[in-house]
Amino acid sequence: MSIEVRNLTHVYSEGMPHESLALDDISFRVEDGEFVGIIGHTGSGKSTLLQHLNGLLKPKSGSIIIDGTDITSPGVSMREIRCKVGLVFQYPEYQLFEETVAKDVAFGPSNLGLSQEEIDARVEEAIRLVGLDYERLKDVSPFELSGGQKRRVAIAGVIAMKPQALILDEPTAGLNPKAHADILDMVNTIHRTESNIILFVSHNMNDIARMSDRILVMDHGRLAMNGTPEEVFTREEELKQMGLALPDAMELTMRLRRKGMNIEQNCLEISALADAIAQLRG
Amino acid sequence: MIRDITLGQYYPGNSWVHKLDPRLKIIATLLYIVALFVVHDFIGFAIAFLALAVVIAISRVPLKFILKGLKPVFIIIVFTLMVNLFMVKGDILVQFWIFHITRQGLRMAAFMGIRLVLLIIGSSVLTLTTRPIGLTDGIEALLSPFKKIGVPAHELAMMMTIALRFIPTLLEETDKIIKAQQARGADFESGNILRRAKALIPILVPLFISAFRIAQDLAMAMEARCYGSGIKRTRMNAMKFAKRDLVGGILLVAFLAIIVLERVLI
Ligand SMILES: Nc1ncnc2c1ncn2[C@@H]1O[C@H](COP(=O)(O)OP(=O)(O)O)[C@@H](O)[C@H]1O
Ligand SMILES: [Mg+2]
Repeated sequence: MSIEVRNLTHVYSEGMPHESLALDDISFRVEDGEFVGIIGHTGSGKSTLLQHLNGLLKPKSGSIIIDGTDITSPGVSMREIRCKVGLVFQYPEYQLFEETVAKDVAFGPSNLGLSQEEIDARVEEAIRLVGLDYERLKDVSPFELSGGQKRRVAIAGVIAMKPQALILDEPTAGLNPKAHADILDMVNTIHRTESNIILFVSHNMNDIARMSDRILVMDHGRLAMNGTPEEVFTREEELKQMGLALPDAMELTMRLRRKGMNIEQNCLEISALADAIAQLRG
Repeated sequence: MIRDITLGQYYPGNSWVHKLDPRLKIIATLLYIVALFVVHDFIGFAIAFLALAVVIAISRVPLKFILKGLKPVFIIIVFTLMVNLFMVKGDILVQFWIFHITRQGLRMAAFMGIRLVLLIIGSSVLTLTTRPIGLTDGIEALLSPFKKIGVPAHELAMMMTIALRFIPTLLEETDKIIKAQQARGADFESGNILRRAKALIPILVPLFISAFRIAQDLAMAMEARCYGSGIKRTRMNAMKFAKRDLVGGILLVAFLAIIVLERVLI
């Protein structure tokens, strides 16, 4: 499984007075098993990009190649693509609609035309994978759960389709610190157990730096950077110009350097920075 | 895309027509519609057409944009044409099977068609050149003389303002929910009517919940700012009759006079 995007351009409301160029000639490639973080200012085109990857939006030009198939060419089965690429929208809890948690999670798998036993097995597995108590919650109405739990049910609904690539659009937005940490743990667990591709959008640079193998930086519809966390977060000036912050540890490293401290490593985590300082002190 | 519906939409601009007082524009539109029913021959329609064409030209709203608004009502226009064409009795021109087309029917169909198209374009020029907020302020101002007999002018206008304000929000919400369910493999296009109706449940349930959530948040926000309609409220942008409105008013009266004279004399 790999995802390749070539010269992708998207225009909203083409030909209307409020026409806007949301994606401008984007190209990148994601390999099997990679964890890719996506950052960018609000309105930079992150959500628009993600919706192209499972065919929900059609590009103006360019191509999207999923597992060797160009999904922009005519006659491609969208059901197959959506089975391979799972997309969790921002605030996914707003799409819950069924009477019980189990039924809601089963919506995706039953659309794939699986057998009832297979559906039941997948529902149970998905609910456990997102860290919820299956026996206790399966027959509860999703509307009675807490915000963080609702979100996990919604994510389970996508995981139950067993996508080979899981895309999460700001999955931690608007959660309290505990629920935020739980969702991050959950994403890590899913990545480890399913060993699938993960694309993860977040405004929290600490999370992005810690979890990603690679980072894509979006700016005004263009792909401004594409590199490892270290490569991206050492380009401080450019990031600040795009209105993006550094991870706390990196920010502190930069400031200490400016104060004359001779820290050689680019520390993305506070523990690494602490070690570096301890070393300097001998 | 669900957002690209143009009927009833505002087209941002800075023209003379955009700047006219909303009250005048609302009255003018109403009188224009009345005029369309006063007219009873082709010369009259030609005058009405010309007047509308001039207003559109001044407003600088692209014709393409205006005609797009006709698309959703196309079926209604065709249906009206058919009914008039086949149902009116008179001198028979063409006849086949149980249908017959009469001279009077042809004339009637042509009149109704022109009337409908002018009516729709005329009223869309109002919404295209007036911000929704101006529209509701105008309606409130025009209704306020009736407050004495118990018409809740301010409340009506407020309800309209809120409804207009949230149409785009709800469309956006619908779009998001449809996409989210499609991402879970939902299929809205295939199957018989029953299956398709059932496929709407995953959209409608979250949409209703969202609508209630939005309404609740709004009510809370209004209450937090002590909104109340009982007291005499003042406005940030009070509507003032300007010189251009006088010119507009004179042009309107001239147009109506020509229409009436044409009807009486010819
Ligand atoms: N449905 C839509 N219709 C028109 N414009 C849109 C729509 N969705 C997003 N946009 C515009 O496209 C740009 C990119 O938006 P988006 O992809 O949502 O950015 P991000 O997710 O990075 O905040 C923004 O300028 C936004 O206003
Ligand atoms: Mg977004």
